[in-house]
Amino acid sequence: MSSFKIVVLWTDVALWAMFAALLGYLLRILRQPHVRVTWARVLRDAASCCAGVVLLLFMAVTLLDSLHFRRALDGAEGAGATGQQFYSTRTESLLDLLLVRQVAMRETSYSAPLAYQGFNKDNISEGGEVRRDYPRLQFGGAHLRLPAEQWAGDVLGRALRGLAWGLLAVLLLGLAMTAALAAGHGGWRRALQDLLRDRTHYPLRAVLLTLAVTALLSGPSIALMDHYHVFGTDRTGNDVLYQALKSIRTAFVIGALSTLATLPLALVLGILAGYFKGWVDELIQYLYTLLTSVPNVLLIAACVLMVQVFLDKNPDLFETGVERADLKMFLLCLILGVTGWATLCRLIRGETLKLRELDYVQAATAFGVGPLRIMWRHIVPNVMHLVLITTVLSFSDLILYEAVLTYVGVGVDPGMNSFGGMINLARAEMSRDPLVWWSFAAAFGFMVSLVLAANLFADGVRDAFDPRARSLRPRVLGLAKTRKA
Amino acid sequence: MIKYLLRRLGYGIAVLVGVNLLTFFLFFSVNTPDDMARLNIGGKRVTQEQIEKWKTERGYDKPLYYDAAQAGSQKFTHTILWERSISLMLLDFGRSDARQAVNIGHEVKVRMGVSLQLAVPLFVLQVIVSTAFALLLVFFRHTRIDFWGVVLCVLMLSISSLFYIIVGQYFFSRLLRLVPIGGYEPGLDAIKFLALPIVLSLLSRLGGEARLYRAMFLEEVGKDYVRTARAKGLSEPVVLFRHVLRNALIPIITSAGSYLPYVFLGSLVFESFFGIPGLGAFIIEAISGQDFAIVRTMVFLGAALYVASNALIDLAYTWVDPRVRLS
Repeated sequence: MSSFKIVVLWTDVALWAMFAALLGYLLRILRQPHVRVTWARVLRDAASCCAGVVLLLFMAVTLLDSLHFRRALDGAEGAGATGQQFYSTRTESLLDLLLVRQVAMRETSYSAPLAYQGFNKDNISEGGEVRRDYPRLQFGGAHLRLPAEQWAGDVLGRALRGLAWGLLAVLLLGLAMTAALAAGHGGWRRALQDLLRDRTHYPLRAVLLTLAVTALLSGPSIALMDHYHVFGTDRTGNDVLYQALKSIRTAFVIGALSTLATLPLALVLGILAGYFKGWVDELIQYLYTLLTSVPNVLLIAACVLMVQVFLDKNPDLFETGVERADLKMFLLCLILGVTGWATLCRLIRGETLKLRELDYVQAATAFGVGPLRIMWRHIVPNVMHLVLITTVLSFSDLILYEAVLTYVGVGVDPGMNSFGGMINLARAEMSRDPLVWWSFAAAFGFMVSLVLAANLFADGVRDAFDPRARSLRPRVLGLAKTRKA
Repeated sequence: MIKYLLRRLGYGIAVLVGVNLLTFFLFFSVNTPDDMARLNIGGKRVTQEQIEKWKTERGYDKPLYYDAAQAGSQKFTHTILWERSISLMLLDFGRSDARQAVNIGHEVKVRMGVSLQLAVPLFVLQVIVSTAFALLLVFFRHTRIDFWGVVLCVLMLSISSLFYIIVGQYFFSRLLRLVPIGGYEPGLDAIKFLALPIVLSLLSRLGGEARLYRAMFLEEVGKDYVRTARAKGLSEPVVLFRHVLRNALIPIITSAGSYLPYVFLGSLVFESFFGIPGLGAFIIEAISGQDFAIVRTMVFLGAALYVASNALIDLAYTWVDPRVRLS
């Protein structure tokens, strides 16, 4: 009897709702020609296109990690006297199912990347004799009988096989792209040539390169990770790669949900202030001055301390530790939203002040259209570009902010995997001798690629939606290549 | 001018009153003094007596907003809200909740000096270095230097400041042994402790700042007066330094000025990483020790500094641009 119970976490709901909203927005883009043109401009920029691909990959990991369930316990311990079914206290996600081997490969302490023996010497008793040596790892390289001789060959062989699979995937992808282009470019040969020489409508070569790098990096990792710890293990023997992958979701949730949480307040208050002016404007300006006047970290810390007390007082809001940590993160996102709407609100207020004087709004007023309807029909659509630009720009800031907040002690729950938590642990590891560098390197690699991708994508979006920003883009004269269809 | 300053002062006081009410609501209504006592005393079994004693020691044994038992105006003044607000406004910060021996006002005074030692050179250097880097990029605009410079900026601003600190500490303090890994000593010896945090802090902000300044300069470069200056035959450096830089000062002041409160409050992360006993480290200690009196004080102090620095920024506008009149 191995059934399971689906666990719906707060952030799961929010993430899937956001994903649905994104799909909805995509459909809207396809139906509205003028927005489609602007987005096509984003897609035609190589840097933002590659960044978008990387972001999509990260998002796939996040969504995989956002379907949670708890397994039913079998037999006597599972079924109580009343016939009631009990469930394991461990909450798993689909990602955990994929990485079930990495979760199970738990060593006792530190081990270097791809190692077959521990990082610290230990007492090993062998046939009644105790000697001090590096212990063999329980899982990493456990299949090797003579590790000292076989290790290098085994690792190299597996890595090469993984690389070959990655290469195959890239070739297939390139082939698929060529096939898709073949009709428009006059045959397969021409299509392949154009693809390789970057003469396509969209920067497909750059996308292919991004995917190739990803495939060539992940191929060997996947091939190795069933028998080795690709990024080593941490102090308690957990696989670092697994932790880094789990941290992606935390970063994504903080970045996306907090940004989303700022939107309602910023949009509603900003438009009200700009449209009605007078005392409404004064009041709203006072409100956001109030919020900006308190140093951000302090305000968030104050709110988080309150949330802590609230969670301690209401232990029946959650069943397991994961649910508690998740609720805490959800509330943290709300706090970040409630404390962070001032910037966007100020922008929207300014834009609304300008828009309300325009002819079509004046005409609508003259026709007797109500203020609510004017705001909804004429003002909201015209400030949406500001909302979009600010949203994508603040996404990466918030991911960076999460690390600092977790360091300060007001971030996500310590039990939850996050980049901030990893860096925090890495700090102590970096002062050890010999150096334990791999947790730090893994956190650095994943976090920088996520933030950099978010930043590049955000720049692309801003350039496309804000004509003034476009003129600030660095261009090398003479080298500038205009992409033609 | 006087009228403007008075109005400004009034608005500042209104903001401070609002901040005070907001923090009061957060710290005393959302979580009552009883909760605070329980949290601070710690342990599973906390008796009501202990809680009452804790509250009396700290003066939290009064009603929050309104005391019906008192007569006349005492109904309002004999409350926690009134007493705490008045003492905050008079800059009498009282004592820490967790450790009664700690006088917050005294701590703030001592630690602000330390924070300033770190933050003032940092602030000055940051403005100079970012401006210089941005001017360099603008000077070489439309060349590869500008392009790769901007790429470098984006890369630098994508790296969390924590990474700069950890790598910097490892490299300069452990491998090269140039500076101590952390700590602080008063007097001239402070330099060797402060050098590394200043450099790393500078690096961690350079990407974002330089890119922002570059955008401001480019905005100015496109204007008519620059074309006139070039038409007069001025050389490019003269155009940049004499005309563009001066006209871009207003946005630079705005952006640099937003750091001013943090010059006094200190950097939370850098101070605690390097063991510098400034205000930032004080705040972190208070947060991790859940010391509400200190957090409340620092929120108020931060808001006061924000109001003050905004007024300073406005005054600076009139100084760099005579056309700006405060009214």
